[in-house]
Amino acid sequence: MKKTRRVIRVLIAKPGLDGHDRGAKVVARALRDAGMEVVYTGIRQTPDAVASAAVQEGVDFVGLSCLSGAHGHLFPEVVRLLRSRGAREVIVFGGGIIPESDIPALKKAGIRKVFPPGSSTEDIVLWIRQAWEGSEAGKA
Amino acid sequence: MSLDSARARWEKTTLAASLAKVPERKARFTTSSGIEVRRVYTPADVAGAEYSSDLGWPGEPPFTRGVQPTMYRSRTWTMRQYAGYATAQETNARYRYLLGHGQTGLSVAFDLPTQIGYDSDHPLARGEVGKVGVAVSSLDDAETLFGGIPLGGVSTSMTINATAAVLLGMYAAVARGQGVRTEDLQGTVQNDILKEYVARGTYIYPPRASMRVVTDIFAFCRERMPRFNPISISGYHIREAGATAVQEVAFTLANGIAYVSAALAAGLSVDDFAGRLSFFFNSHSNFLEEIAKFRAARRLWARIMRERFNAAKPESAMLRFHTQTAGCTLTAQQPENNVVRVAFQALAAVLGGTQSLHTNSRDEALALPTEESVRIALRTQQLVAHETGVADTVDPLAGSYCVEAMTDEIERRAREYIDKIDGMGGAVAAIEAGYMQAEIADSAYRHQREVESRERVIVGVNDFKVSEKPPRRLLRVKPEVERRQLRQLASFRRKRDEGAVAAALSGVKKAASGEENVVFPIVEAVEARATLGEISDALRDVFGEYEAR
Repeated sequence: MKKTRRVIRVLIAKPGLDGHDRGAKVVARALRDAGMEVVYTGIRQTPDAVASAAVQEGVDFVGLSCLSGAHGHLFPEVVRLLRSRGAREVIVFGGGIIPESDIPALKKAGIRKVFPPGSSTEDIVLWIRQAWEGSEAGKA
Repeated sequence: MSLDSARARWEKTTLAASLAKVPERKARFTTSSGIEVRRVYTPADVAGAEYSSDLGWPGEPPFTRGVQPTMYRSRTWTMRQYAGYATAQETNARYRYLLGHGQTGLSVAFDLPTQIGYDSDHPLARGEVGKVGVAVSSLDDAETLFGGIPLGGVSTSMTINATAAVLLGMYAAVARGQGVRTEDLQGTVQNDILKEYVARGTYIYPPRASMRVVTDIFAFCRERMPRFNPISISGYHIREAGATAVQEVAFTLANGIAYVSAALAAGLSVDDFAGRLSFFFNSHSNFLEEIAKFRAARRLWARIMRERFNAAKPESAMLRFHTQTAGCTLTAQQPENNVVRVAFQALAAVLGGTQSLHTNSRDEALALPTEESVRIALRTQQLVAHETGVADTVDPLAGSYCVEAMTDEIERRAREYIDKIDGMGGAVAAIEAGYMQAEIADSAYRHQREVESRERVIVGVNDFKVSEKPPRRLLRVKPEVERRQLRQLASFRRKRDEGAVAAALSGVKKAASGEENVVFPIVEAVEARATLGEISDALRDVFGEYEAR
């Protein structure tokens, strides 16, 4: 029998000025329904506030949502601030109105996975579980 | 034979035989609002309706059949594509392009910093300048934006809420510069702050201070810009956030009731302002439900205005509205299918009696639309207007047993919601308690579950999929845009009289701290060349900022 493992903790965040949070809320709820512990920041957070919340809540994942087209600036900024606060293990992923051609640059900046429009919450849950299995915290 | 017994006979014979051979696709058919769609509608479904009081005549209360006596036989709806990106230069070029292709009204999309009261050089504006709309920080930007477009001859809608007074001031100043009297200006300023707390998120100040600015704008427009609609009470964004058709109608009209009540409390009299209230709805995918929704909204508003607010003038009970097709239904997969989706939604809006229409472009699930995509979207409206024939008669679906039954049902369910909100102390209290937000989030989640279980088919997303290459030729707003805008703003600041700016800003603060109308000093500050961010900061000092729960 497998030993009981700790629950996966996720911060869902809306960095920047964009107020479209239908997707962020739906994903947060789906992850909760899948048994994860989820904190949602609410809209209009600075990258700094997102990074602080992630460190304070001790999350394993940060999911970023942006529909305003500012992802190219905001997502890498969140990763940079997380790392500068010593949160090296936290896995960052994102979604929103993000054209495929922007994804390579985001990946290079440390955003592990980008979910384009039309992604299912089931795929997001699966991906998080797999990434968790492969992570140090997940193996512990 | 009575209708009931005739129906019983049909069910026992023809229907039963057919069902035995070919069962129906589902046990239960429902609309987005969970309204059960019956197999077949008959006169029995509309038996309670009274023609003269429930439908009446076009151009007369309760306006179920439309707000004008001849509807599109005299003039088709205003074709008004929402547009704006990068700086005022690029957006001005897009406006000229659209007007050149037969668009009949302007609709300005502002970027998020402009909407939230930050100049383009504010730290929080980084990465957002010119992204979802055009950046307008200064009077120079506004002059460039409308350069070469005679404002006396066009109607302009501005999607601007928390900073509406500033943009209204800029628009009036540009018009005066062109020699146009503000009394002659036509258009709409969205100025619907309540739905920002509910669904859209570009609020600045707390709700009660914001409501005061809203009603100050009503009074200002009445005095200085009487042909301008001082508000567009918007269900569009509520629907985009996940609401059902019934919730869209209910929450929008509940917000409308709050604005009317606030204006009355501020001393305006109902027949002085109600005729200038305008509305904005979404046109979503369920064709029949949407048509019924527009008709139900019109009738319900007329009844509310007459019964609750004792409006005497017919115009005061008239729900005039703009429509935009539903952005949230656009798919990134097989984006060309979006052209077809938009066409159906546009047709529903026209059959529902819209006064103006924006049709979305096929590439908007991924980026701002290219010129070519926007042209197809505009052509879609022109096709509906000139080729389909639906514009040739008023309210063509009136009398359809199905559409009338759905119209009744949507009105009934929306009324139930409004009664509930009244019981909570009205829309402002319901929003402060998070009620509308929670109802919308529940609907959004239910929709997502239905899509993932394939109970609801979205073509190209959960069925009929193909493997495809990512689309090419998306519109990109380059980083140089932000840099260019910052240079322009710096040069604007260098060329002005700082003493005049400071004096004007203290005038804004003084009005905000007291009881006088805050819009007049805001307009003066714009003319003294204060920036949008500076004026918003002056109000932040007095009103404070709203923190979402």
